Amino acid sequence: MNEMIKVGMADLNVCVSPNAITTLGLGSCVGIVLYDPGKKIAGLAHIMLPDSTKIMNNGNKAKFADTGIEELIKRMVEIGADRRALVSKIAGGAQMFAFSNNSDIMRIGERNVEATKKILNELRIPILAEDTGSNYGRTIEFYPETGQLLIRSVGNERKIL
Amino acid sequence: MSRIDLNKIDYMQYDVLREIGNIGAGNATTALSQMINTKIDMKVPNVELLEFKNLPDIVGGAEKIVVGILFTLQGSIDGMMMFMMDKPASRHLVNQLLGDNLKSEADKFNEMELSALNEIGNIIAGAYLSSLSGLTNLVITSSVPYMAIDMAGAILSVPAIEFSKIGDKALLIETEFGDDLKAVNGYFILIPTLESYGAILSSLGL
Repeated sequence: MNEMIKVGMADLNVCVSPNAITTLGLGSCVGIVLYDPGKKIAGLAHIMLPDSTKIMNNGNKAKFADTGIEELIKRMVEIGADRRALVSKIAGGAQMFAFSNNSDIMRIGERNVEATKKILNELRIPILAEDTGSNYGRTIEFYPETGQLLIRSVGNERKIL
Repeated sequence: MSRIDLNKIDYMQYDVLREIGNIGAGNATTALSQMINTKIDMKVPNVELLEFKNLPDIVGGAEKIVVGILFTLQGSIDGMMMFMMDKPASRHLVNQLLGDNLKSEADKFNEMELSALNEIGNIIAGAYLSSLSGLTNLVITSSVPYMAIDMAGAILSVPAIEFSKIGDKALLIETEFGDDLKAVNGYFILIPTLESYGAILSSLGL
């Protein structure tokens, strides 16, 4: 039986085929999958906030889009991934509650997605697929063997990206 | 004003916070119980300092489908208050409230049922917060209820993100309630900001 590696909120991990990697119940957080298709090495970060430089207490790298992606690349390269071969798939960034006032909390999902895309673009890591925004939670599973990202959500058909 | 250090909460502070959960949830449970005319008990509140990745475990796992009703708090206490129930419990509650003619077993809630759930949330959060306000003499204003029906992890990500701006852990006061038949059970979760914890403790002389 192959292993399914679990990544929690504000957490990240790496995974090599035939194992798979998952994170459950993504809400306004974003699940970032990086993947080296040749070596079949993947990494997954479950980030909560867009920018570590805006926050005083930023010790946990996996909490932020910027430091999370950086740390994920480092961990993947350590186990043999080729930095230049990396591609990505992202999911999450929903707006779970229909807040009426135009506050920060309201747009946090959107801001997480924006920040993630911006950083991936700067690092020249192509985004092959995304399932972001809207108003529902997502559970994602990534299979380095096939490069498929499976997305489950409540009341929707499962998607494969 | 007393300050609270998340990593060094003493027994006295824990006890006071637990007592707040006790009184708040006690009132909320009474309100709920009167509304549906059923005896509802509550458990001893938990005051827990949790890493974000363990947060969904308190309500039975990240993928469990729950109804979450969220209130943002302003005034002397800032933060969020959340009322969470699993789906069968919500269905039971709505049926109790709307009466026999409108009973339904449907998986989805219709407009009227959603509105009833929101109102249930409103009344019991009101009971929780007014007792907290009475106890501490602090002014607490709550928002209108915001509801989502989804995976527990996704719903909890909203208060968790608020907390993640100031630390790597969330301190929450959580109380489980339920009736004898286990038909209605759920959680009250109070998540004040760090400063608000200070305000609460100061107001009680700590």
